[in-house]
Amino acid sequence: MEKRIRVLVAKPGLDGHDRGAKVVARALRDAGFEVIYTGLRQTPEQIAEAALQEDVNVVAMSILSGAHPHLFPKVVNLVREKGMDDVLIIGGGVIPETDIPALKEAGVAEVFTPGTPTSAIVDFIKANVK
Amino acid sequence: MSNEKIQAGLEKYNASVEKAISRFPERPHLPEQRLYTPLDIKDTDYADEIGFPGMYPYTRGVQPTMYRGRFWTMRMYAGFSTAAESNKRYRYLIESGATGLSCAFDLPTQIGYDSDDAISEGEVGKVGVAIDSLADMEVLFDKIDLGKVSTSMTINAPASVLLAMYIAVAEKQGVPADQLKGTIQNDILKEYAARGTYIFPPRPSMRLITNIFEYCSKNVPKWNTISISGYHIREAGSTASQEIAFTIADGIAYCEAAIKAGLHIDDFAGRLSFFWNAHNNVLEEVAKFRASRRVWAKVMKERFHAEKPKSMMLRVHTQTAGSMLTAQQPNNNIVRVALQTAAAVMGGTQSLHTNSRDEALALPTEESVMIALRTQQIVAYESGLADVIDPLAGSYYVEALTNKIEKEAWEYINKIDEIGGAVAAIEKGYIQKEIQDSAYKWQMDVESGAKTIVGVNKFQVEEEPPKGLLKVDASVGVAQCERLHAMKAKRDNDAVKAALADLKAACQDENENLMPHILKAVHTYATLGEICGVMREVFGEYEAHVNL
Repeated sequence: MEKRIRVLVAKPGLDGHDRGAKVVARALRDAGFEVIYTGLRQTPEQIAEAALQEDVNVVAMSILSGAHPHLFPKVVNLVREKGMDDVLIIGGGVIPETDIPALKEAGVAEVFTPGTPTSAIVDFIKANVK
Repeated sequence: MSNEKIQAGLEKYNASVEKAISRFPERPHLPEQRLYTPLDIKDTDYADEIGFPGMYPYTRGVQPTMYRGRFWTMRMYAGFSTAAESNKRYRYLIESGATGLSCAFDLPTQIGYDSDDAISEGEVGKVGVAIDSLADMEVLFDKIDLGKVSTSMTINAPASVLLAMYIAVAEKQGVPADQLKGTIQNDILKEYAARGTYIFPPRPSMRLITNIFEYCSKNVPKWNTISISGYHIREAGSTASQEIAFTIADGIAYCEAAIKAGLHIDDFAGRLSFFWNAHNNVLEEVAKFRASRRVWAKVMKERFHAEKPKSMMLRVHTQTAGSMLTAQQPNNNIVRVALQTAAAVMGGTQSLHTNSRDEALALPTEESVMIALRTQQIVAYESGLADVIDPLAGSYYVEALTNKIEKEAWEYINKIDEIGGAVAAIEKGYIQKEIQDSAYKWQMDVESGAKTIVGVNKFQVEEEPPKGLLKVDASVGVAQCERLHAMKAKRDNDAVKAALADLKAACQDENENLMPHILKAVHTYATLGEICGVMREVFGEYEAHVNL
């Protein structure tokens, strides 16, 4: 049997808006992935450690507070520092279009903004996970 | 017309419908019932269930003349960056005709951390203004007369501290506490269930809340001590019925806690206020407002045996639904907000915040905020919606829908009673799971096309990325930390230490009201993080358990 794709859905920072994270987590699970949700208020260190412990293929972060320019790159760096070079890192939330190039530059593979159907996230993961 | 005659007419009509839909099928995904008649409300007793404005059960509104005397308070939620920047925005809003202030705090402030705490990195000044100590609060309300303005503060876990800072600023302006008007959100239960800015576990949190009720009933009598909020429950994905049911269940829990602490229902219930969402479905929202007033009035009278009319009135602040704003074609949001405003006004709200068109993208610009405020003014002055009280009463549909929402709300409230009340229902994850299920259903309905969102899953266009969005620069965090360190170097650190030790002792004595001790600490310029740190030490922190 093929190994199921494992996804860590994470909420970095202090933002309490988790409607999107929970909906995405459930949609990914319904699409056949194994999903671990961190819960709120995770530091980048905690997220990188959870990614390592859970041996995930994907880290999917959600931020609606505007802290993404600071926190997304920090998570990417820590995940890579721990040697998880193949882990696909994606993000979503209230993120202005103009911030996206810098996030991609920092190693976030894709950024999903409001209105994205969950199926687009599923398709992206299937197409890009290593 | 007699009911028999109406019934006969209805049967004839239904037969004609059968014929019509065999040729022209109806659109899919519509509510089951297509038409409402007097038969749908034949069991509704006008005097008992609908009644008159300003009279029990307040279905038609809490004041006898509603907006014919004075419009709702046009209260725009604002705050970002530093206290000085936010102070500028507040004064701009007051000059533009806003009639109340509403303060948004950044996440470190809402969760009781100072701006220089490691966990605050990247969040300082982002979703609201950063407040570290009384020094920031003095700047925030500089040249704003706290004796005149009414101020709503969206603050929950550390509400006692921010209220103490507000009282202290007023004192310095020469305004006595008993003249202060405003609201603190102070609703911790919905933080566990939907909004996420909790600090302490439920027990000490409930103690803090009842301490505030008691302190304010004696010292700040015009202050609304809590805004029991359905807004965030709805934003997290609940239905209209769930919004009012879970919120009223929270309200019941607060009343029970206060009564257990020795307060009398009529001494605090009149200062309880509520906070609803104004969502997209206009008539459902109007019915929701009406049903909520009726349910609360019955809860207060029948369950808590309140005697003062004021205790039975559900007074409500409203905000239009942020989660219904689309990032696509953002100008369409102006129209959504206008319809939501109409719903809130026909529903009889006491105050209203209208969202700005660009909030699915960023914090609103000044121009967008102006359009949102003008939307309220147009509805107030031009639409006629505010000229006659409860104008949709008597609509067969709206009355039937009001009854239906009330019935569904009672079913949830009874279920929560069976679980052991709102605190137990939250600890067991019941309320969170119900909200998550509704949120997931909504998303799947949008993705399947069962629900249409214009610009998102229908009528899409290629768009240029929007320009001119408001951005809070990272330098704001750095500057805020510098101000904090400068303030700490200037204050009397021995006085701070003594005040914090005194607060700690008070925290350890369950019979002590914490408010005077917090006020004392605030006066010494002890920071929010230091004060909450002491409370964290004694009370511990809440840990959420998530069942997906």
